[in-house]
Amino acid sequence: MKNLIVFIIAIFIANTSIAQTIEVCKTCPVSTLTDAITQAKDSDTIIIKKGTYKEHSIYIDKPLTIIGENYPIIDGEKKGEIITIKADNVTVDGLFIINVGTSYTEDYAAIRVKNSKNFIIQNLVLEKLFFGIYIEKSRDGKVYHNKIIGDAVEEYNSGNGIQLWYSKNVEIEHNYVEHVRDGIYLEFSDDCLIKNNISTLNVRYGLHFMFSNDDIYQDNTFENNGAGVAVMFSKRIKMYNNLFKENWGTASYGMLLKEINDAEIIGNTFEDNTIGINIEGSNRITYKHNSFSNNGWAIKVKGACYANTFTENNFLYNSFDIAYNSNVNDNVFDKNYWSSYTGYDLDKNGIGDIPYRPVKLFSYIVNRTPETIILLRSMFIDIIDFSEKVSPVFTPDDLLDNNPQIKKLTW
Amino acid sequence: MRSRWSYVYFAFYLLLGVVLLFLNNDLSKAVITLMNVIIVLVPLIGTIFGVMYYYNSQEFTELLLAQPIKRSSIFLGQYLGVALSLSMSLILGLGIPFVFYGLFESSAIWDFSLLLITGTFLTLIFTALAFNIALSNENKIKGFGYAILLWLFLAVIYDGLFLMTLILFEDYPLDKVSLIGTMLNPIDLSRTLILLKLDISALLGYTGAVFKQFFGTSFGLIVSFVMLTIWVVMPVLRIVFKSKKKDF
Repeated sequence: MKNLIVFIIAIFIANTSIAQTIEVCKTCPVSTLTDAITQAKDSDTIIIKKGTYKEHSIYIDKPLTIIGENYPIIDGEKKGEIITIKADNVTVDGLFIINVGTSYTEDYAAIRVKNSKNFIIQNLVLEKLFFGIYIEKSRDGKVYHNKIIGDAVEEYNSGNGIQLWYSKNVEIEHNYVEHVRDGIYLEFSDDCLIKNNISTLNVRYGLHFMFSNDDIYQDNTFENNGAGVAVMFSKRIKMYNNLFKENWGTASYGMLLKEINDAEIIGNTFEDNTIGINIEGSNRITYKHNSFSNNGWAIKVKGACYANTFTENNFLYNSFDIAYNSNVNDNVFDKNYWSSYTGYDLDKNGIGDIPYRPVKLFSYIVNRTPETIILLRSMFIDIIDFSEKVSPVFTPDDLLDNNPQIKKLTW
Repeated sequence: MRSRWSYVYFAFYLLLGVVLLFLNNDLSKAVITLMNVIIVLVPLIGTIFGVMYYYNSQEFTELLLAQPIKRSSIFLGQYLGVALSLSMSLILGLGIPFVFYGLFESSAIWDFSLLLITGTFLTLIFTALAFNIALSNENKIKGFGYAILLWLFLAVIYDGLFLMTLILFEDYPLDKVSLIGTMLNPIDLSRTLILLKLDISALLGYTGAVFKQFFGTSFGLIVSFVMLTIWVVMPVLRIVFKSKKKDF
């Protein structure tokens, strides 16, 4: 009876004013988020006080602003999806969401946005999750300052941190993602901006693009992921000033490019990766002002890469600078700095007088018989590399940097 | 004789260190160049110096043998005298310029100490091998020839044969073979040890459980050091054994 009165009063209040505030706490009249949403009217604000709320399958079906004070915990108790947004103009801010259910048939997410516009998801902390933030067929949203900490071990039973599917114009900034399957995953999503995120220690990729065009990602850090960053089957992607670091392993890359056309890769840093960039079937890509240091292979070119240009990059102390698996070359290397360049500069114009040949015979041999890697830096290998340099047979003979820089480039 | 040549050796390393640092302006690049030097030159100098010392002091040795001193202590003393003075020259000659350059504040200090440790091991091994050759050959020219050949074989030819074997049998699983092949050559062994520091990211690119265990854990480091120690102990034991039996 008492509840009914409260409920009536609440409805009464809700009716009298537009955009009012509903408070949720354990001792308040409204003690669950689900109730608050049912009672709220369009464009109301719901404030959730500190506490633990054991709720799941929360549907937000009207434009609301949900704000958590001091990170209230929404505990899904592993029973399924926790929050689903199905309305435009929804803001979710400052919640601590844990225990998303795991399923092999449905992609349960901590928070899912479905067919919505103008959503803002910010300052969330997600733990013990399956999928984190799942944005589906939505547009014009923002995902800011979230922290996603998973506990994924295997690929098959874990989900992605932030996933976009058929979405447009979404901004993803200042998020921190670790220990999930793919840190950030975009599929069929165009015109998105991914900026200042940190994606680390993920089971598979730090960032994964599939069939997504015209996206920009910049100033992100991808460190120590199972296989680095994969950009596949996409067009006109811009990649600026990202840091790719310590992606070690047999099938691990700083960045994997597959079927990428017309992209720009500028100002990125690749450090201590097994392979800095692995390129396959990618055309008309501009590589400029990147820095490759201490990688196993700075760039590994597999078949069908045409009309790419590599200009003004720094190649520093990589075990191999460039590896090709054929002796055909249609890419341009110009004005790069190569730390293993041994030429001279008699006219003092800062450009080496003899061209540099970045592909070594040994990289061809290692490609054929991987075990020979153990002979790296042996004197015998230096001798055969030298003879190949003098008269190339196995490596592309037109693959030359005609203007190798004498000094390390700074931008 | 000994002291004069070890000063030359010391001066050479000092010069090398200084030139490397001031031409390169970069510690990590200098470490890589230094690695090539250590792997090629240190064994060469150790071999030649060992053989040369033995032949030059042969008459004095014969004089000493007439005295009531144990044979093993005469020859071991000679060996240690040469090997340790060479190692000292190496460590001081390279160490001093690097320390002045600011090694202790740099992250390259571990790579550098590893270089010096392997350099010392190589000196010990190759001086011992040189003494063995000299003990077994009365003829100086033959002795020098064998010593140079030994160096050439271990530094260059061995790797060539090794590479050919790997390519010939590329259809078979080769990771164990390649690791064993490396263990059998002290120069390759030291190279691998340094690779573990410098090129670990490339080495991990190869799929093989044995490789992974070897390079991915400290297992590789420990095994390599044990093997290097065995490489020192074996020839030294042969010096002791051979010198006891030899007629002068």
